[in-house]
Amino acid sequence: MHLHEYQAKTLLADQGVPVPPGRLADSADAAAAAARALGGERWVVKAQVHAGGRGKAGGVRLCASEAEVAAAAQALIGSRLATHQSGPEGLPVAQVLVEAATAVARELYLAALVDRGAGRVALMASAAGGMDIETVAAETPERLLLTHVDPVIGLLPWQGRRLGYGLGLSKPQVAALGEMLAGLYRLLTASDAALVEINPLVVTAAGDLLALDAKVNLDDNALYRHADLAGLRDPAQEDPRELAAAAHQLSYIALDGDIGCMVNGAGLAMATMDLVQLHGGAPANFLDVGGGTSAERVAEAFKLILSDGRVRAVLVNIFGGIVRCDLIAEGIVAAAREVALNVPLVVRLEGTRAAEGLALLAASGLALTTASSLADAAQQAVAAAAARADNCQG
Amino acid sequence: MGVLVNAQTRVICQGFTGRQGSFHSEQAIAYGTNLVGGVTPGKGGQRHLDRPVFDTVHDAVRETGADASMIYVPAPFAPDAVMEAADAGIRVIVCITEGIPVLDMLRVRAALAGADAVLIGPNCPGIITPGACKIGIMPGAIHSPGRVGIVSRSGTLTYEAVHQTTAAGLGQSTCIGIGGDPIHGLDFIDCLDLFEQDPQTDAVLLVGEIGGDDEERAAAHIAAHISKPVVAYIAGVTAPPGKRMGHAGAIVSGGAGTAEGKYRALADAGVTTVRSPAEMGAAVAAVLGGG
Repeated sequence: MHLHEYQAKTLLADQGVPVPPGRLADSADAAAAAARALGGERWVVKAQVHAGGRGKAGGVRLCASEAEVAAAAQALIGSRLATHQSGPEGLPVAQVLVEAATAVARELYLAALVDRGAGRVALMASAAGGMDIETVAAETPERLLLTHVDPVIGLLPWQGRRLGYGLGLSKPQVAALGEMLAGLYRLLTASDAALVEINPLVVTAAGDLLALDAKVNLDDNALYRHADLAGLRDPAQEDPRELAAAAHQLSYIALDGDIGCMVNGAGLAMATMDLVQLHGGAPANFLDVGGGTSAERVAEAFKLILSDGRVRAVLVNIFGGIVRCDLIAEGIVAAAREVALNVPLVVRLEGTRAAEGLALLAASGLALTTASSLADAAQQAVAAAAARADNCQG
Repeated sequence: MGVLVNAQTRVICQGFTGRQGSFHSEQAIAYGTNLVGGVTPGKGGQRHLDRPVFDTVHDAVRETGADASMIYVPAPFAPDAVMEAADAGIRVIVCITEGIPVLDMLRVRAALAGADAVLIGPNCPGIITPGACKIGIMPGAIHSPGRVGIVSRSGTLTYEAVHQTTAAGLGQSTCIGIGGDPIHGLDFIDCLDLFEQDPQTDAVLLVGEIGGDDEERAAAHIAAHISKPVVAYIAGVTAPPGKRMGHAGAIVSGGAGTAEGKYRALADAGVTTVRSPAEMGAAVAAVLGGG
């Protein structure tokens, strides 16, 4: 789960990490009032969306008067901001963060994250602040400073010194960085975050360290023990179809193609998408109906797939392990009738009670085709979608 | 032979009397697994599925000589169950549970670092040596004893691989689902080493997916240490970046963890890669020379 910048900064400030003075505003008037309350002569108005790259997309505006702050807020609030991370449709801006502008001497990068390969929390720092950290890692790995925290021992003071002196900071700044790292690590462990990132971490003209931007991603699996953090979710930043899917314990991700896919198991669902592409088609979605699939969930899955108007054919690929194929077949028949299925449907059932499932489908009178193998299923679905595309054009 | 588990393996189930534990224990017994009992705190002394129930794993190990455990305990309690099993001397710990917080797994990894135990999973289908021992949620009937070692991050996609190798008349030595979580126990390299040493295994089928760098590290290891033929399929060529594809660990972030990158690393290491998930079995048959 992603958090907004203002939420991440509040959590960081709670751990003693210095952040610029700022206020959240949901209107032009509130933004101007925020600027007045903050004081000073220059402010930054920042659109609150769950995507990086806001600066280049016009979502971060430097203002020199309350009127400019109001105008920036007016322009941003209610609009959609498209960044290179948000997709072309962009994300809705409901709020802006108004902050006192900072005089920046240096931009650095700092993060705490779970390092999969090491099986530990990694603390990462780089002198190349403001840049995409993956680019730094790929192009100039020597500029990336890395240290791992033993989960039993915890963060040690030398780790702060190693990163701090590595960044070329002065002795008092190194001490400040040590405090900051401790705050990052405390926040990560206390909130079950997968990532706490400060990019850029700036050295101000006065020589102080300040978290100018912040990003926190929480571990969805741990939200059960963080009711307060779960309440920070902003559904407006998420794909409505993915949200609807999650409500039915389905895992759904929209893609650009025209062949709807319904599969049990995440790996097999990806493999099915890949196979569709390999046979010249384009998958419309990823959809994992999960292990303990019921007829009701199959029906919900169908509705979700067909809510995408681009879908020209549906491919169902079920490998029955614990799930019985005959129960899936019943679900397919019920769902196809309920949603008045009007696109070609190709079904491949394999595994537990597959023969019974196929017999049920054959006896249903539904206009569907069954496939004899995985490859056959993909080929049929691609051909059906292509034929339909031709009809539409002709 | 096969690896890690066989007909002699003495298996217990943690979460034995729960719905999942009961169902999959029944299935394991029906398959012929030597399931010697189970653990449910507070139900020690009872019998379930005609086998003894214990309050603690230590009790179960002392009374039954168990050396493997399958865990069907809900996510908030599963890390504790894994560490209890390790402390009690269980050699093969199979954690089926999905949804364990990643920081809990970091602690589990640290706790197991000095233990004489291997962890399979979590969020995995388990391990099966066909005809001998089934520990997990996989359908037993699709397997057949044979020559191919299968290691996979997935569930149903593993069944697909099993189905194809069975249909090709090759069968499986042992199939290991290492799980779809970012932090897990056994990895590809551990399993490749086990299969390399196993006389029954003639080839390894590696089923990977997007996210992390397990496949890349496996590729480097194969080039240096594995003499048996390896065939690999990687799921997620069409997966969009930044999106978690069902599994907690299946995500391409910042250009890292892509299927293409993994294919390239594996191909460079001399691994036979297949682009179609429908051709995994045929590709293994081909490297084994139709023998």
